[in-house]
Amino acid sequence: MIAQTTSDPAERGALAFVRSAPAPDLPPPMASVGWIGWLRANLFSTPFNSFLTVLIVLLLAWVIPPVIRFLIVDAVWTGADREACLSLPAHPHVGACWAFVRDRLAYFTYGSYPISDRWRVDVFFIMLAFGTAWLLWLDAPRRGLGAFYFFVVLPVTSFFLLYGLPPAGLEIVDTARWGGILITIVVGWVGIVISLPLGILLALGRRSQMPLLKVLSIAFIELVRGVPLITVLFMASVMLPLFVPPAWSPDKLVRALVGVALFSSAYMAEVVRAGLQAIPKGQWEAAYVLGLGYWRTLGLVVLPQALRVTIPNILNSYVALFKDTTLVFFVGIFDFLRTIEVARADPKWATPVTSTTGYAFAALFFFLCCYSMSRYATSLERRLAAGERR
Amino acid sequence: MALGVESGPPKIPLARDPRFRGLATQLVLFGVLALVAYLLVRAAANNLARANVATGFGFWNQPAGFDISQTLIDYSSATSTYGRAFWVGLLNTLLVAVLGIVFATILGFIIGIARLSSNWLVERCATGYVELVRNVPLLLQLLFWYNAVLKALPDFRESIRLPGGVFLNNRGLFLPAPDFAGAGETMLIAFALGLVGAVILAALAPHRRIVAVGAAALVLGFPIAAFLLSGAHVTFEYPQMSRFNLRGGIEILPELAALVVGLVIYTAAFIADVVRAGLQAVPRGQVEAAYALGLRRLYALRFIIVPQAMRVIIPPLTNQYLNLTKNSSLAVAIGYPDLVQIFTGTVLNQTGQAVEIVAITMAVYLSISLGTSFLMNIYNARMALVER
Repeated sequence: MIAQTTSDPAERGALAFVRSAPAPDLPPPMASVGWIGWLRANLFSTPFNSFLTVLIVLLLAWVIPPVIRFLIVDAVWTGADREACLSLPAHPHVGACWAFVRDRLAYFTYGSYPISDRWRVDVFFIMLAFGTAWLLWLDAPRRGLGAFYFFVVLPVTSFFLLYGLPPAGLEIVDTARWGGILITIVVGWVGIVISLPLGILLALGRRSQMPLLKVLSIAFIELVRGVPLITVLFMASVMLPLFVPPAWSPDKLVRALVGVALFSSAYMAEVVRAGLQAIPKGQWEAAYVLGLGYWRTLGLVVLPQALRVTIPNILNSYVALFKDTTLVFFVGIFDFLRTIEVARADPKWATPVTSTTGYAFAALFFFLCCYSMSRYATSLERRLAAGERR
Repeated sequence: MALGVESGPPKIPLARDPRFRGLATQLVLFGVLALVAYLLVRAAANNLARANVATGFGFWNQPAGFDISQTLIDYSSATSTYGRAFWVGLLNTLLVAVLGIVFATILGFIIGIARLSSNWLVERCATGYVELVRNVPLLLQLLFWYNAVLKALPDFRESIRLPGGVFLNNRGLFLPAPDFAGAGETMLIAFALGLVGAVILAALAPHRRIVAVGAAALVLGFPIAAFLLSGAHVTFEYPQMSRFNLRGGIEILPELAALVVGLVIYTAAFIADVVRAGLQAVPRGQVEAAYALGLRRLYALRFIIVPQAMRVIIPPLTNQYLNLTKNSSLAVAIGYPDLVQIFTGTVLNQTGQAVEIVAITMAVYLSISLGTSFLMNIYNARMALVER
């Protein structure tokens, strides 16, 4: 290191062994940079890790190609009926029968909604997408108005749009004819719209100073959270008609909606309660000192802060609710999953691959909806936490 | 404004006194609820009288008259009562819950630890698994396992033969049945005694490590001792192919298999997240301090990381166990005879006594849930950090 010789005769008399310029950096060892380094650090850092890597690669090589072959390579994309998706000597390996999904897509989307009126459902989907985008896009203008639109205007207009309003020329379409993705979205969305306000009220009741209110709220929340959704739906569908005079007996869809809304409210109450508990007592006291009453303290000081910290959790419980909408299946409602079950049993398309194709399509739909919702919740969480990260 | 000397607090008008307002609100609330409840009960009584539906729990002792495909206790459609059918359903639910909890815990811990692996591929695969499984409804997964996988298996004549005399076909999984030549019941009793002993030990033992080792020794040791004492005879009855079916051995219904597989795969994804969060909740400093003290990795895990992580993991883990138990009610979709399928399904249809039957079913799930949360509270109180 020290011995640096120079050929310059002028410097020969000076301290020749002291280095005057830093030596250039050596390149890092080949094995610790670039893709080799990445592999060593991330896949082969220890013998055990190397073993795991090999094992997983083998596993993936065993699983992935058949899945891709089934879903894409061998899949049947066009066809009029089951003949297209049967295993024939000409093409012995039949993959997913996407022709079936294409043929029944309208049924999966609208159920038995009258064909001439399906534009109403399309308008509903567009209005809902508009409202959702308004709420989810954080920098959108007038988001308060957006919330009003989503939680008040949209429910009223879409009820008349979907169910019918004879004076305006919209014929009544009985809910028994609704089906498919329409039902799944209606059930999920009604659950979302009702569970938030009801959940907030229940959470406030649970934290209330009034013993009667508190006991009732706790009893309701714990009762509903302690039983499976399916029993709540059974209760709503068999017991609700018993408790009202026969003339008022609600229709099937309404009964299921009541069940789903009550169930999700109880879960929402616990999510909101967690948010309320995160607000320091001083916030209440300060608001009281400023002369605000209970409701104004709540609306102007506490809830905005409490909901803000729980928005990601609220969204996650919406994801759970959306998945749970499939359970209305059990009380005789033709939701998306039920239409798949009906269509796959239809002799016109009955082949060995029809069921798997139908389930794959449904799984894709739910995965896209739920995954995007939970990704959004995660990004929101990061954004909300930005203030504390400084 | 009065400037004179006043005694006592200022007078608040009655309408603004918070105590009075609270009381009045509650009275009004109580009145409204009582009125609603009265109206509902009256309407229900009217409706029931009109529909000519019996009320009360008299149906419990009436003969059931329907068959159940899987019964853990003696049951016959001719002689058994609805009450017996209830117990059959409850035991089937508990069977699924226990099997599901055991396997979901194993799979969930593996996936949860894999999500924190330093191996990129392992971590990505575990994350992919969790995201895929969590975002698809459980009902859809159950239908897939049952209709698309198990029902698509070959006919019994072309059963898939697995090593050890195991057959797999579209009628289920057929396992060899161990025959202990009469010692089976003794072993079962010994197992029960071992369980009781373990519980007593857990309540009395001063140290948790004694509990873990002692409980395992009792639960496993008693039956093994009974087995050895009774002469250690064991023969296996293998499933035999006959003309129309497979006979003998233990038969696991495809419904049970699909339900357990579906519940395990679904719940394991949630347990994995619980485990990951628990392990991440242990501060880095704790791990570094353990290494600084010279503990090897295994010791650091055993004495520093796992005990602290478990404190965070166990409450949400219990929640997942409860969710699994409640989700087992989706058995209806694939026809596994669990409590909901038998009781709110067949029995409800036959008797029409919706109120009683739904109430009983809810009470069962509710007592499981509340019982577990009660035990959880005791556990939490014992495990809570003891601070100065």
